[in-house]
Amino acid sequence: MRLIVNGETYETMKADTIQGLLDELGISSVKVAVEVNLNIIKKSDYSNYKLKDGDRIEIVNFVGGG
Amino acid sequence: MNDRLIIKGIEFKSRLWVGTGKYKDFEETRKAVEASGTDVVTVAVRRVNITDRKSENLLDYIDPEKYKILPNTAGCYTVEDALRYARLARESGISDLIKLEVIGDEKTLFPDTWGLLKATEVLVKEGFIVLPYTNDDPIMAKRLEDAGAAAVMPLGAPIGSGLGLRNPYNIKIILETVKVPVIVDAGVGTASDATIAMELGCDAVLINTGIAGAKDPISMAEAMKHAVIAGRLAFKAGRIPKKLYATASSPLEGMLL
Repeated sequence: MRLIVNGETYETMKADTIQGLLDELGISSVKVAVEVNLNIIKKSDYSNYKLKDGDRIEIVNFVGGG
Repeated sequence: MNDRLIIKGIEFKSRLWVGTGKYKDFEETRKAVEASGTDVVTVAVRRVNITDRKSENLLDYIDPEKYKILPNTAGCYTVEDALRYARLARESGISDLIKLEVIGDEKTLFPDTWGLLKATEVLVKEGFIVLPYTNDDPIMAKRLEDAGAAAVMPLGAPIGSGLGLRNPYNIKIILETVKVPVIVDAGVGTASDATIAMELGCDAVLINTGIAGAKDPISMAEAMKHAVIAGRLAFKAGRIPKKLYATASSPLEGMLL
């Protein structure tokens, strides 16, 4: 499946959920927030939320800022 | 003496708040934050680096169990963007606190107060604890308070400028105008600037560049800590009125003829 993750094209290996994608990318779900096609997805839904070809995904975290 | 700052039931033990941007590395950030004695740090919301998975996370250095994390909406120029970043920040799961910024201009980074007010109204309704970064404008501060802002954060001077409090008189009027805490955000360049803000009666000061940009950020963090404590104590103590002429400190009685 081809996704746009943080602005870059990303071909999944076998992930079909948000949790699967995070696992594939090696990102812990604890300190991130995820948006799919501009909708914020609750952490509790990461395992159930089915991704579709062409979905635009944003994965954000906290960085240094003032 | 309990002189703690409380915002919406959250107790802050430090009146110096520290930004985490612009440090050389996370280790320097950690040391400066520690030296400042603060218990609240601001952070920004940005994309995770998905190509370099080994890149470290700020929160590995700044323990959210130990520090209150105050996310900002820095870099947002529209109401929609600010709302999006605020909601993402909350979903990251740390707290309902948001330092709301809606920036109006790239050169000055002055707030777009019209957008700020709109965004404040929406986020307050959504249950956020909104701390808006605003101008040193008492009327806007009042409008933000009326919209439900938990505090107001007027700028002392443009972000990163280090010019200090350019309009202390307006800050003083803001302090008389609103009941919510007033936290000077932006412009503090050195310790005396922070002290002046606190002597006016401000509830706290937020500093990023003033510390991170110093030659020795860790020493400056410590200086700011003392500056804020000194200013707060001086405010509470009540300064003497300014007079044009001298009043002798030593008694005239008992002088030799």
